[in-house]
Amino acid sequence: MSTGTFAPEPGAAPLPRMIGAQTALETRMLLRNGEQLLLTIVIPTVLLVLFSAVPIIDTGGGRRVDFLAPGLLALAVMSTAFTGQAIATGFERRYGVLKRLGASPLPRWALMTAKTGSVLVTEALQIVLLSVIALALGWSPHGDPAAVVLLLALGTAAFSGLGLLMAGTLRAEATLAAANLVFLLLLVGGGVVVPLDKFPGGVRSALDLLPISALSDGLRGVLQHGSAMPWSDLGILAVWAVLGLGAAARFFRWE
Amino acid sequence: MQSTPAVEVVGLVKRYGTKTAVDGLELSVPRGSVTAVLGPNGAGKTTTIESCEGYRRPDAGTVRVLGLDPVTQSAQLRPRIGVMLQSGGVYPGARAEEMLRHTASLHANPIDPALLIERLGLGSCGRTPYRRLSGGQQQRLALAMAVVGRPELVFLDEPTAGLDPQARRATWDLVRELRADGVTTVLTTHFMDEAEQLADDVAIVDGGKVIARGTPEELCRGGAEDTLRFSGRPGLDLLSLLKALPPDSAAAELTPGNYRVEGRVDPQMLATVTSWCAQHGVMPDRIAVERRTLEDVFLELTGKELRP
Repeated sequence: MSTGTFAPEPGAAPLPRMIGAQTALETRMLLRNGEQLLLTIVIPTVLLVLFSAVPIIDTGGGRRVDFLAPGLLALAVMSTAFTGQAIATGFERRYGVLKRLGASPLPRWALMTAKTGSVLVTEALQIVLLSVIALALGWSPHGDPAAVVLLLALGTAAFSGLGLLMAGTLRAEATLAAANLVFLLLLVGGGVVVPLDKFPGGVRSALDLLPISALSDGLRGVLQHGSAMPWSDLGILAVWAVLGLGAAARFFRWE
Repeated sequence: MQSTPAVEVVGLVKRYGTKTAVDGLELSVPRGSVTAVLGPNGAGKTTTIESCEGYRRPDAGTVRVLGLDPVTQSAQLRPRIGVMLQSGGVYPGARAEEMLRHTASLHANPIDPALLIERLGLGSCGRTPYRRLSGGQQQRLALAMAVVGRPELVFLDEPTAGLDPQARRATWDLVRELRADGVTTVLTTHFMDEAEQLADDVAIVDGGKVIARGTPEELCRGGAEDTLRFSGRPGLDLLSLLKALPPDSAAAELTPGNYRVEGRVDPQMLATVTSWCAQHGVMPDRIAVERRTLEDVFLELTGKELRP
């Protein structure tokens, strides 16, 4: 009955091929999921268009889109790196995907690299989409592109750490609920669409330390006002990134 | 290298909190063989398999798989083994073919996924996401993922749980073909017929230990519980039969005209019974030798009461 079909010929694929395939799969899973698209694409787009067109919120002086676009870019980063990644990874852990991949030739660090890759691909799509819409609405961005890239990168690192910490320690259902709740709270209280100076002084000082506030404030400073490198916001994001990624590395459970 | 066993487990102990899941388990799997690990729920089967796969770090004892330590030498071991978990392991939104192709892409010389799709009847899954596949489809996909990388050794944790009879046969055929092609297989199962059909070696596990092991034939031959049944005229004088049989034999008329003889059933015993029938002018109808099945052995060893 031997046909030679299964004759052993084991071996791992070359690492770049494994990471490429894993990144492509993770990205497809993300873009195929309706709830994820709602969070990452629909909500930021609707908020951008709605609040630009209708004066519901007092965004201070100047054109509303100039205030809103940086905030929604920050929201896009949070929705993908934190909320989306936490929920997806939480369910992958629950369904034994992480466990099964742990027995495949793909090393764990390569899996995390692929996850980061898929987050970056998704963010790039979001940023292109939001920028095109904002430009159509009359957005005129300023500032140093390097500062923008640095803010987006540190923001992604900070939110990824927090998202993975949640996904790797809580039950999948708890992660789903908590990640959505945090998304909603930070959307309102993180300077995304509501200026933080609308909050009382004490509350505001606390809110300023949130990663979403640092990201939206930093992006707004550069893109709306053409400020120089926003070191304090970058510093806050860096602290969150170190704490979040450190805790995730320490406490993440694969099963 | 080929002479070392594919799997060598010595004195394995694994505790979860205060509960001892595996308690000094020994297992040696020859290369190219099919070994079935049989046992009731909670016997320690999955913990043992998962220790071999590198998921569990032993509290005591050693585990060597293809000569490697599955925990510390995982990077070298993983490309060489195929793993089928008891459940899950696939992205909820992934399609069967997509996931199999992806698994293939992680290996250097994979089997053509299309061939496995066809062999395991996964073509009908189409574009349905994994979470909406039937349990049987999910099991077959996990099996295909375990073998697609042309491993030397596959671990299958309850590969046919929840399968319909056709899919079970397809799985059995695949395991036989793996064996014919020189792949070592370690599988856990609740099904005695599965172990009898497939396994070169059976290890019966209970309470975290191997309590019996051997080929299915050896295990079934172990006790003295073979029986011979026949029917004939009611009310035969069995005492004269017993005098002709070896001393440890037993005979009874179960229902009028239906007889059972217990003891060591061999050609001599059969000849004794039939010649006794001839002397008494009885035609032994429906004469049948019944061997112990693996299920009998299993229930004898692990008890008949339900486990909590």
